[in-house]
Amino acid sequence: MTDQTGATTSDYNFAYLDEQTKRMIRRALLKAVAIPGYQVPFASREMPMPYGWGTGGVQVSAACLTPDDTFKVIDQGADDTTNAVSIRKFFEKTADVETTEHTQDATIIQTRHRIPEAPLTEDQILVYQVPIPEPLRFLEPRETETRKMHALEEYGLMHVKLYEDIARHGHIATSYAYPVKVEGRYVMDPSPIPKFDNPKLEMAAIQLFGAGREQRIYAIPPYTQVVSLDFEDHPFDPSKADAPCDLCGADHTYLDEVIIDDAGGRMFVCSDTDYCAGRQAQGHRGRLSPEAAE
Amino acid sequence: MTPLLSVKNVTKMYGDRIGCADVSFDLYPGEVMGIVGESGSGKSTLLAALAGHHAPDRGEVHFDTRAEGLRDTLTMREPERRMLARTDWAFVHQNPRDGLRMSVSAGGNVGERLMAVGARNYGDIRDTATDWLGRVEINADRIDDRPRAFSGGMQQRLQIARNLVTGPRLVFMDEPTGGLDVSVQARLLDLLRGLVREMGLSAIIVTHDLAVVRLLADRLMVMKSGHVVESGLTDQVLDDPQHGYTQLLVSSVLQV
Repeated sequence: MTDQTGATTSDYNFAYLDEQTKRMIRRALLKAVAIPGYQVPFASREMPMPYGWGTGGVQVSAACLTPDDTFKVIDQGADDTTNAVSIRKFFEKTADVETTEHTQDATIIQTRHRIPEAPLTEDQILVYQVPIPEPLRFLEPRETETRKMHALEEYGLMHVKLYEDIARHGHIATSYAYPVKVEGRYVMDPSPIPKFDNPKLEMAAIQLFGAGREQRIYAIPPYTQVVSLDFEDHPFDPSKADAPCDLCGADHTYLDEVIIDDAGGRMFVCSDTDYCAGRQAQGHRGRLSPEAAE
Repeated sequence: MTPLLSVKNVTKMYGDRIGCADVSFDLYPGEVMGIVGESGSGKSTLLAALAGHHAPDRGEVHFDTRAEGLRDTLTMREPERRMLARTDWAFVHQNPRDGLRMSVSAGGNVGERLMAVGARNYGDIRDTATDWLGRVEINADRIDDRPRAFSGGMQQRLQIARNLVTGPRLVFMDEPTGGLDVSVQARLLDLLRGLVREMGLSAIIVTHDLAVVRLLADRLMVMKSGHVVESGLTDQVLDDPQHGYTQLLVSSVLQV
């Protein structure tokens, strides 16, 4: 059995979704790209995975994939965690596309909660899985009201959240899902990426955000201005753990802290596994690298 | 002299029932207008219509805007009306829970309006908030407490600070002293009277408590079943009520 692309003998239509659904999602994507940062409603479908596992990102990926694409999935920077592995397998099975773990080789990268360390190019698409697309949600529970606030550009409330942070912690303690203003207009939740990644939101690749349960799609076109919100006397600070990676020695990457024994021992490793492996292959070594430990 | 607010024939129906009917009046700068009446007489409906919370079925509400003079706020575009609502207008709810963000600290509550009109300096916002807490007699060390931790009277005073921080010219108050005990009421009234005089505010106060209007209001409107039955200077209306209902209202006040 072949589908209309003629590329596969799978029983599934190419990339699981039917063609009408993909058209509907592509229309939403076009609108999202035309209005950077604006949340476009779309008729999100039931996917064969639970909400919260990336149903929004999967639908956006399905609508963007072509048989010639090379697909990469990362979950918190890693290629080998459950979420990443199962979504990669899903598209291997339903779209029969090439998959890779190398950021540079991929044409479409679906990500959960990270932006890859390696700079992306104009030929790549970055697809985010978004749990809650509405940056004002926990400040104003009424969707009717938040939509109105977006429409009328009433974003004072967003700063109330940052004010509360400083009042309670002495600094802006929001460390992920840090709100940004896109192209001087819409305030946007960049999905729960660490604020370390916020400066990277201004990039050459197109960025698409899909929220399946919330039925929203939004986008940042290439080279769009993305400003992290802050106060004049408390400027935005893209912080990270103050240590180098213990495997590759990188001091400019976002790090995971891993507990390694029950005596308080811990190590910091790059959260981007592909980037870390690449550096190790080039001969970079860190404090706990196997060779160094010998 | 141009009135600050000019109301013409405002009518609001709830289906076949009258909310308020054919209310007209002018409010001049620095003047405090009281609206009294029993429950269900349409005073809150009228106030909500004037403040743009819902659209009346008929009538005009002209406000003297800073830039363009008298404008009908009902036909104004919504962004403009909401801009007015957070700069030149203030609305004090009867229940402070309706007017405060209960999960945000006192300082954040006061600072919200400042940030909404573009303040982006944390230190300045905090200084202004501290100053305003002082003006409504809340200790500066409570600035990071949430309103839940405040007593009813403090919550009401916090709500007033939050509303007045941007220096509005017109304040709508819906039963500002409702639900407070008498000694707290007295302090709140004292505070309100001071602020109104000091800032030269105009205010419209809806209440069923005649003592409140006696203390605060220059002029009075008495409403019954959605209609204004009597209006005039406060002392005149309270000391020499003409309409039967006003006479009943005045004679119903308990004497201690």
